Amino acid sequence: MAKTLYDKLWDMHLVEDRGDDVGLIYIDRHLVHEVTSPQGFEGLKMAGRKLRRRDAIMAVPDHNIPTKDTDKPNPDPMSAMQLAELEKNAKEHDLEYFPMGDSRQGIVHVIGPEQGFTLPGVTIVCGDSHSATHGAFGAWGFGIGSSEVEHVMATQTLVLKKAKNMRVTVEGEMPVGCSAKDIVLAIIGKIGMGGGTGHVIEFDGPAIKALSMEGRMTVCNMAIEGGARAGLIAPDETTFEYVKGRYLAPKGAEWDMAVAQWRTLHSDEDAVFDKEVVLDASEIVPQITWGTSPEDVVPITGQVPSPDSFKDPNKRESAVKALDYMALHAGQDMLGLKIDRVFVGSCTNSRIEDLREAASVIKGRKVADTVIEAIIVPGSGLVKEQAEAEGLDKIFIEAGFDWREPGCSMCLGMNPDIAGPGERVASTSNRNFVGRQGPGSRTHLVSPAMAAAAGIAGAFVDVRNF
Amino acid sequence: MEKFTHMTSTAIALEQSNIDTDIIMPSDYLKTIKRTGLGKHAFESLRYTKDGTLRNDSPFDFGAGKTSKILVVGDNFGCGSSREHAPWGIADLGIRCLIGTSFADIFASNCVKNGILTITLPEEDVAALMRDAKAGKKITVDLEAQTVSVDGSDDRGFEYNPQHKYMMVNGLDEIGQTLLVEDKITAFEEQQRLQSPWLYRELPQ
Ligand code: SF4
Repeated sequence: MAKTLYDKLWDMHLVEDRGDDVGLIYIDRHLVHEVTSPQGFEGLKMAGRKLRRRDAIMAVPDHNIPTKDTDKPNPDPMSAMQLAELEKNAKEHDLEYFPMGDSRQGIVHVIGPEQGFTLPGVTIVCGDSHSATHGAFGAWGFGIGSSEVEHVMATQTLVLKKAKNMRVTVEGEMPVGCSAKDIVLAIIGKIGMGGGTGHVIEFDGPAIKALSMEGRMTVCNMAIEGGARAGLIAPDETTFEYVKGRYLAPKGAEWDMAVAQWRTLHSDEDAVFDKEVVLDASEIVPQITWGTSPEDVVPITGQVPSPDSFKDPNKRESAVKALDYMALHAGQDMLGLKIDRVFVGSCTNSRIEDLREAASVIKGRKVADTVIEAIIVPGSGLVKEQAEAEGLDKIFIEAGFDWREPGCSMCLGMNPDIAGPGERVASTSNRNFVGRQGPGSRTHLVSPAMAAAAGIAGAFVDVRNF
Repeated sequence: MEKFTHMTSTAIALEQSNIDTDIIMPSDYLKTIKRTGLGKHAFESLRYTKDGTLRNDSPFDFGAGKTSKILVVGDNFGCGSSREHAPWGIADLGIRCLIGTSFADIFASNCVKNGILTITLPEEDVAALMRDAKAGKKITVDLEAQTVSVDGSDDRGFEYNPQHKYMMVNGLDEIGQTLLVEDKITAFEEQQRLQSPWLYRELPQ
């Protein structure tokens, strides 16, 4: 029978079929960070169980760490405790661990691919819902909770229910001034936040194939915002090119063996999907969110919608609340909306290509006086080094942007990088939920180029004619 | 884990749809390294005003809400981040069962692992239960029979994953259950090592 890519990944990792589409699935890779792992290690110890495969783990602090003054003690004692706990557990179990200050340290979803830990065809999990990122390699990546973290530690498997297959095909060519972020925001705007619930989304079509690995990661990263636990893109030459030579990539004869295997990782011609959505990339305009859910998205040339335009009464009510929270009114233009902060970073948009995209807009310009703070946070120490080798840091600093140390930073309002109540942020992260970037903060999700341009103008502008 | 066979309780109605895990457990409280004691922070914005005083419309803290073991919720409950602190907080409030039209995948699987039953019912049933909850009626959830009833009548059947049911009804820990087939896991690894040797490495001690 014809299979989808997801069907193939499922079959490749099935340890035991339990019927009714439930299976015991083998997990090849486990990324561990300070927030969701302590209870897993605690549970293991309490039950007197052993860690099954330490070679399948990579541990790194990212969520809670400050991105400046990193040589000073952590300002938050709770964070310090979590970080110390991760280090202690890493030592106790002899894990591969990249502490702060190590150039290999960074956001879990940035360092996995960077180190060749993420490879085509693997199952890869992490206690962070944006693990869908790794799907860009044709890897089955998905977020798990702390109990599952413990289950993987003890058994290297998970009991899973097979998801349905969904395909999002992006036809055409992406216009100049748009990026992968605009594609994925447009997709979420179209399918809605629950559009992919219960499904794994495979992204396909010429506009997806034309993306670099960085762009593909941005797209898969946000599959979860469309409700899908995992997103996938079939590996191709672009993928192999990226992986080759990385720290944990197969070498020599094993490389050829691996590539031969990876070439089979695609949906069969006649595979049937439970749900199909098609988009035309050439119609995409730079996107921006107006509300408190990633599906609340419009083109930058658009206006804040009226709550009355939603048929669903729940959605209407949410829109009323969102407009109140965001201090916006129906019909208001997105263009010209004043901002207070800029955040370029997060596992969605903190890779070298994202920083280049921001730099190309910033070069030779200055951050607007009205902007309180504009920060650029590289996804890893290696991204930082690369950016500095290309002189991007100078472009940012000269323009008045803050050039930071790697970490999750203002993506989640958990570390010192937060926006104040009522402050409006042009952000390249993935979530604009109420309070996500700090209590009362107002987030607008955009691409790196759009965030950079907003920082210069002090308000949202259309980067295509900026 | 405590066994879950059946129970009867008043219920709290939370009509809002898309209640995400940030609302269930704000990120400020994710820094704990323990699993217990999070109940006091659960649904904080629905229970407390900005200055930290209890809201007088908090459905959790007055009357029957204080002892309710059931939550009747709006669509797409538990969306957003995968934090397991959300079900930990819910469990710590003494709630063992959630009834709604749809639950986010990760959230629902985190619930099973913490002994919380999530029941999916059609919209009109959830709307009716929402009214019953507000009227202070008692709802009976029988997992063994897979039914929900109010005041002993109106039996509504619900679907539930048989594997999860077995675990809930027997109060079983999932890891222990998986380790019963450890030989299969080992056999899988031996096979995979031949086919994809690059997935295994010797880490220095
Ligand atoms: S950057 Fe944000 S979404 Fe990504 S891993 Fe960190 S907290 Fe999670």
